[in-house]
Amino acid sequence: MQKVETTPARRKAGSASVPWPHRHILDLDTFAPQEISLVLDLATSMKEVLGREVKKLPSLRGKTVITCFYEPSTRTRISFETAGKLLSADVINMQATGSSVEKGESLVDTLLTLQATACDVLVLRHPHAGAPYLAARWLGRTSVINAGDGTHAHPTQALLDLFTLREHLGTLEGRTIVIVGDIAHSRVARSNLWGMTKMGMRVVLCAPPTLLPWDLLKGRRETPGHPFASVEVETDLDKALEGADAVMALRLQKERMEAGLIPSLREYIALYQVNERRLLRARPGALVLHPGPMNEGVEISPAVAHGSQSVIQEQVTNGVAVRMALLYLLCMPAGGRP
Amino acid sequence: MRPLLVRGGRVVDPSQGVDATAHVLIREGRVEAVGPSLAPPDEALVLDATGLVVCPGFVDLHTHLREPGEEEKETIATGALAAVKGGFTTVCAMPNTQPPIDTPALVEAVRRRGEAVGLARVLPLGCISKGRQGRELAELADLAQAGVVGFSDDGAPVANAFLMRTALHYSTLIGLPIINHLEEPALARGVAHEGWVASRLGLPGVPPQAEESMASRDIALCALTGGRLHLAHISTAGTVEVVRRAKERGLPVTAEATPHHLCLTDAWLLGEHGEGSPFAPLSARAYDTACKVNPPLRSAEHRDALQQALREGVIDAIATDHAPHTAVDKMGTFAEAAFGISGLETAFALCYTALVVQGGLPFRRLVEALTIGPARVLGERGKGLGSLRPGAWGDLVLLNLAERWTVDPDRFASKGKNTPLAGVTLQGRVVGTVVGGRVVYDARTAAPAGGGSL
Repeated sequence: MQKVETTPARRKAGSASVPWPHRHILDLDTFAPQEISLVLDLATSMKEVLGREVKKLPSLRGKTVITCFYEPSTRTRISFETAGKLLSADVINMQATGSSVEKGESLVDTLLTLQATACDVLVLRHPHAGAPYLAARWLGRTSVINAGDGTHAHPTQALLDLFTLREHLGTLEGRTIVIVGDIAHSRVARSNLWGMTKMGMRVVLCAPPTLLPWDLLKGRRETPGHPFASVEVETDLDKALEGADAVMALRLQKERMEAGLIPSLREYIALYQVNERRLLRARPGALVLHPGPMNEGVEISPAVAHGSQSVIQEQVTNGVAVRMALLYLLCMPAGGRP
Repeated sequence: MRPLLVRGGRVVDPSQGVDATAHVLIREGRVEAVGPSLAPPDEALVLDATGLVVCPGFVDLHTHLREPGEEEKETIATGALAAVKGGFTTVCAMPNTQPPIDTPALVEAVRRRGEAVGLARVLPLGCISKGRQGRELAELADLAQAGVVGFSDDGAPVANAFLMRTALHYSTLIGLPIINHLEEPALARGVAHEGWVASRLGLPGVPPQAEESMASRDIALCALTGGRLHLAHISTAGTVEVVRRAKERGLPVTAEATPHHLCLTDAWLLGEHGEGSPFAPLSARAYDTACKVNPPLRSAEHRDALQQALREGVIDAIATDHAPHTAVDKMGTFAEAAFGISGLETAFALCYTALVVQGGLPFRRLVEALTIGPARVLGERGKGLGSLRPGAWGDLVLLNLAERWTVDPDRFASKGKNTPLAGVTLQGRVVGTVVGGRVVYDARTAAPAGGGSL
């Protein structure tokens, strides 16, 4: 696998004039391609900081970031926390367990309480779709970043996926990615659909019919203006992988089996696991991504998860860089941007 | 009581095919005459209805008054005032209160409370099953004796097919309708119409087939038993088709649709009042919990099928499914928020604006679906309602069809301010309501008038 060297200086110059209209990061449907590029360019600079011996910038000194998590999380929460701290923001973690939420406090009241502490950015993960939109409606002074809401969206994960892909592939336009797994219930896939199609990627979705978001894709060829007109659907993973530049495996949640959406894990593994044999169908050196957490041996074989084509650990590092970029963009006045 | 002469309005009464400028005379609580030249009797109260439409009072088959048990959402008093402000002179009170209305004593309590309030007529419905548990049949005959006008476990379907069969069969004893909330529980595990909008928002969907399969089941059981079946708040094109076929077979099946299912679509969940491209970026107004209702707001294809069915008479009645909630009930995420729209005070204007002004539905048909249509669903117990025939109850409503107004939920009489129409401008306004010959609402004072003049 070869990483394409990018030229951050040129990119920076190319995107520095892009206006930044976003007060909140709720999903990528509101992002123009140039704005996505701006985030990725800035993340490139931030990643450079991660390679330094002293990984600290003073940019967000005096700013407060609260991560408010109503669901368990390792990667996303730690990633935001690290990103904020590396930019010298004060980062406070709040988890629903052990908080007033357990005493019955409503989401809105909790959010208002957090805003009242004068926080600048609220990073919200919630099991219900739309919770960050509720937060954005109620919070007048605080920026909201959606860190995953139900089965709706996970925009920062999609941005780090795009960053990782661009870093390795050099360009996103015209590249093919296969997303395989429980797409119907995946917020990662939903945000990636917006991001990847906006950036001109060829996206192939692959899953058993019961795990495909048919309503999201219905009429995509026939309906003028359909945002996913170019998205392809293939239920045979071997076919889907033909010539792909990258494959992203999604976690199969146990409750999908319990809900009767697939007959057995054994059958799912046989048909949809990303393994070494199948990966041979993709372009040589094709990238393997996974948003984590993984069920190794289910949606992805251990050999592939930890193989030479895997960029799964890089995704985690890139997540810090991308979130640094986003916190920076939300907190800094436009004039202070690089 | 002083006689009442309503003078000079355009009287629209589909029960007797009247659409003409006329006077209406009400004496001792009943309509005495409708005609072009009636002289006011001695001491009569005279209402000048020049420039207004005079219709029979509206009859709502499906109202949640929340009392007893959830008085913070609504009481019989606030609900009845909301009713008359919306032109409804009769409301059928759904029995999914706490406790549910499944005994004669509770029926009596609701009835008496409605009479004491003295605004709209409050006709209780009784539960189909004891405790609304969906297991054992409630004592339908006793409930009928106590005065219910039909039976429903609304809020939940009668999922047990045997119980539904038994209810329909047993109800032939008393001839009152069995009203089912159509929702196959195994399919209805979502909070929004299954389609693009729900999928985009990441919300679990309810497919139309959840409703249609139960409608088909109930119609088959109706054919088996001969009981009178009324299908509550139908929302899909498929349900319309099974109702149409049932009626063609001559089965005793009736159906209602709500103003919101007839006029709105699931695009309203995107937060833009249903306007603009469904593919446009989501704004912070998305996930509007005021649009969360059960059954869910459907797609335009289903809404259009409902409008056509209303036009053709496949849908017998417009019923509000008025479901008031507190602000807190609606303030959480979409998944957590309560289902329901507070609909009594916007029903007429929404339907007039969307169906008549914009949709070309004959005005007379709208009035029919709000008056004699629902009264017929109630059979014997609906006699004298929804009509201005001599001898009918002296219930009428005065409408200003030209007036445009902007919905402000803070001005609702209902405790439930939960409406997706806040800030929306509608055309057509209820300006006066008369129940039993008594003026109970006067728009000029926006309060119960208790016998004043317009």
